[in-house]
Amino acid sequence: MSLKRYQEVIIKPLIDDNPIALQILGICSALAVTNNLTVTLVMCLALTTVVSFSNLFISIIRNHIPSSIRIIVQMTIIASLVMVVDEILKAYDYETSKKLSVFVGLIITNCIVMGRAEAFAMKEKPLLSFFDGLGNGLGYSLILIGVAIIRELFGSGTLMGYEILPLVSNGGWYVGNNLLLLPPSSFIIIGLFIWAIRSIRPEQVEDPDFKLAKHSTAPDLSKRELNV
Amino acid sequence: MNESVLKTLLVSFSICLICSLVVSFAAVGLRDIQIENKLNDQRLKILQAGKIYNPELEIKTQFEALEVKFIDFESGKLLSEYQDFSLESYDQILATKDSNLSTKVPQDKDIAIIKNRENIGKVYIIRDNLDEISKLILPIRGFGLWGTMYGYISLENDFNTVAGIEFYQHKETPGLGAEVDNPKWKSLWPGKQIYQENKVTLRVLKGKVENDDPMSTYKVDGLSGATLTSRGVSNMIEYWFGDSGYSNMLKELDYES
Repeated sequence: MSLKRYQEVIIKPLIDDNPIALQILGICSALAVTNNLTVTLVMCLALTTVVSFSNLFISIIRNHIPSSIRIIVQMTIIASLVMVVDEILKAYDYETSKKLSVFVGLIITNCIVMGRAEAFAMKEKPLLSFFDGLGNGLGYSLILIGVAIIRELFGSGTLMGYEILPLVSNGGWYVGNNLLLLPPSSFIIIGLFIWAIRSIRPEQVEDPDFKLAKHSTAPDLSKRELNV
Repeated sequence: MNESVLKTLLVSFSICLICSLVVSFAAVGLRDIQIENKLNDQRLKILQAGKIYNPELEIKTQFEALEVKFIDFESGKLLSEYQDFSLESYDQILATKDSNLSTKVPQDKDIAIIKNRENIGKVYIIRDNLDEISKLILPIRGFGLWGTMYGYISLENDFNTVAGIEFYQHKETPGLGAEVDNPKWKSLWPGKQIYQENKVTLRVLKGKVENDDPMSTYKVDGLSGATLTSRGVSNMIEYWFGDSGYSNMLKELDYES
């Protein structure tokens, strides 16, 4: 396997094939955990670890997984990894794990993890799969960190808890935007990101599902023969 | 070969076995640190509520300097022992789930919506050099907007003036109700009085306290945009300093001193 292939699986998911911006996967946690940059970073680390290692392990045993139970086997491996990550967080970063609460557990249902396992790790060699997971995790992180910086900076005037824009409620001058603290604001920000990326890379724009038919003149009824 | 029944069973069995082993090793291996973390988090809030937290010292050592007592809510007496529970490990929140250890609060009296009140609670006492009580730290809880808020409030030695308040668990809206954690808002509390002529008067307002309000020591600014959370905090104070809360104990202590 050439080095180029490894490069490709890591670089491509960042912009060209971003799991959130292009495939629109993993939106749930992107909405929920992005109102604070510290929390977001931990979440990104957790997801990247899980998706890399689940790809690695699934790829190692890919030739032994009976296709009738392959989804369950993938889920078992993913769920175990998530639980281990959750336990480690609770032990070594209790503060953040308290803030992330159920969202670490919800990595199990994150479509990116399952999607990479099914689409990539089931077909490719272990090491390459690991890097594919890493790339996709980084692609996810890139968007999340972007969203989190906007939300935390303009919502609470801080970054990673450090005050950047002093809030009026703390005696400063900045009035925080409360909408940004609520999950729906991520929808808008992610939407803007997708717009920006697709303006730079127009090839990502999908063909519309339906097209308006060409305007045509009404059939000339006078020329029709009467069958009655 | 991969599709045979035997192979399917074998693969699923071994995957489950390996995964469960990994998960249980992680869970058991890290359990002690996790319990310690959780305890430390609560201890920190207790120390912060009492305004005696010193970030340079270890939380555990500072916490051990506190005196812990059981409190019998019915009689208001402070106890050093209760049945065979240890002061350290007794969990009063857990006790509310046991009908032998808790009492159902009648609906008309359940202003803080806590449903069951434990029979025995815990209080934390800070003593001064003369061995007199200088501060009392009391656990409180009550329903906010989305869920129960858990916290501690501390009183000065007149058993009426608030020394500090902290919340260690709540589910309020970030930016609105979650501002109960805002240090600036919490700093409004010290110096406020709870009882006026034996009646719980301290309330969280909707809006701000007027500067020239003669009753301003009984009023705290509301959290803007979080009326229901503010009301929840008011209800919490009213319940826990009322007859089924700490008022009996506070009267008892007052007679003693």
